Amino acid sequence: MTIRHWVRMTPQMLARDGQEQPFDGTLAGLYRMLETGYPKFFKMDVLCKAGFLATECLLADESGRFVPREDRAVLLFSRSGCLCDDRHYADSMADYPSPALFVYTLANVVTGEICIRNRYQGESAAFLLPGFDAETLCATVEDCFRDRDTRSALVLWADCPDEQHFDVLALLAESGQNNMNKQSINDLYEYGRIQADPQTAVD
Amino acid sequence: MTRIRILSHHILSPLGSGSQENWDAVMAGQCAMRLHPGTREAFYASLLDRERLPAMPGYSYFESLCIRSIREALRGSGVDPAAPDTAFVLSSIKGDIEALGTVRDVTLPHAAARIAAYFGQQGPVLTVSNACISGLNALIQGRRMLLSGRYRHVIVCGAECQSPFIVTGFQSLKALSPEPCRPFDARRCGLNLGEAAATVILGTGDGGWELAEGAVRNDANHISGPSRTGEGSYHTLRYVLRDVSPADLALVSVHGTATLYNDEMEAVALGRAGLEKVPLSGLKGWFGHTMGAAGILESILAMLSVEQGVMPGTRGFQELGVSVPVTVSADPVPVQGTAFVKLLSGFGGCNAAALFRKGGVR
Repeated sequence: MTIRHWVRMTPQMLARDGQEQPFDGTLAGLYRMLETGYPKFFKMDVLCKAGFLATECLLADESGRFVPREDRAVLLFSRSGCLCDDRHYADSMADYPSPALFVYTLANVVTGEICIRNRYQGESAAFLLPGFDAETLCATVEDCFRDRDTRSALVLWADCPDEQHFDVLALLAESGQNNMNKQSINDLYEYGRIQADPQTAVD
Repeated sequence: MTRIRILSHHILSPLGSGSQENWDAVMAGQCAMRLHPGTREAFYASLLDRERLPAMPGYSYFESLCIRSIREALRGSGVDPAAPDTAFVLSSIKGDIEALGTVRDVTLPHAAARIAAYFGQQGPVLTVSNACISGLNALIQGRRMLLSGRYRHVIVCGAECQSPFIVTGFQSLKALSPEPCRPFDARRCGLNLGEAAATVILGTGDGGWELAEGAVRNDANHISGPSRTGEGSYHTLRYVLRDVSPADLALVSVHGTATLYNDEMEAVALGRAGLEKVPLSGLKGWFGHTMGAAGILESILAMLSVEQGVMPGTRGFQELGVSVPVTVSADPVPVQGTAFVKLLSGFGGCNAAALFRKGGVR
């Protein structure tokens, strides 16, 4: 597998293929900056917003986008899943349970949102892990390439333990060649950590 | 090519503990679908009796169900859960959500780690939470993990506990039926929820049941409604049946939630795949929608049906109410053949299909 493009996104930094881009550290700010023009964004929970925007950055210059295709998988990895929206929905239960919040209490809905936006009819799946784990993530993506129709995969590590904190690594992976492995994925994830915390960078 | 075998399986549901016990109970006409009071409105569901089957000391109810089912599936299987080449895949949608707001960590990876630790499991632990297709998706993932050669055995367990969180959510979507559900029926008006845990242990080799193929596809249409043309579901069928004639199939175990849109969508997808004449088996009338357990529980009962040469009737069905003339029966139906397809669809636009084949030799 090969990493064709990558995006690392936290409230402290946004980088695409090693190029850092300034933003105000909020998802709403990033949405405006990207001039996405997709009002449905505002209905989404924080996990969907984070995953959706990282994908927008990742695919920004892809030619032939929005043409229906079945050869690209969308694979989410997360620890907290949709826990933020779970809390919002649970709060609404006391008053009147909100169907608009309930539909986002499914970790995989972000993959559905990305498939709808990009017209992807390939595989979509959501996997939960105890924490960021490049080895399991890489092995699981490799497993998904066993589907003979899958040629590329949009791989998303997205974790949003609360409304303010989003930790996202988005990869566009293709089958063939071999620069995608535990080490290269870890390096991209750590890139965000090091940039976000100057103290660590000095060390 | 390596063949993926089903080494052992187990179902824990309101109808009993054991796959055969559950199949026998359904064939004897037993059903645990009852009216429950609910926090806002009453609802029909097939729920476990928490007084007769309490949580294990030190474990949540969800964890207890998984541990009990895995323990029974392991019995006599010869599989060592603590071996480093045994992997564990958990399937659930909401896990321990009933404890949200308490001090407990309600995330699924936390529960998965505790369940795996109970068995001294050392290999990797993966949780699949892909809405209503989770159980089948977990089996497909377990199959791929074995094909990679990294593992010798994969324990796949799916479970769901019902709670006001899920019940009020489905009520808010107006998706629950005010009466026992009627899959594929003209008067169907929604689903019933259910509780269960189910486990399948996968290994490699010839003989027995083979998990021969599996696919997952998205509709790219709507996050809470299926494609009217059955797009994703049809694509999964086309993939898993590419080398199989419909005449080879003993049955298709459908999702059959008894919502207006799901059953119509499935009928359209089945029609496009040329499967109108294959007997459909819908089990939601017996067990309710057991969510994270459904794909595993319903696959196990389909295996037993093929083995016994007869499948349970689709409880609640009377008069066909979908636009494609699919083959559904309220009564038990004799079945012939050695293969079947299991179908599921879920929110987020996801769909899954898997092909199971008995004999394990092509």
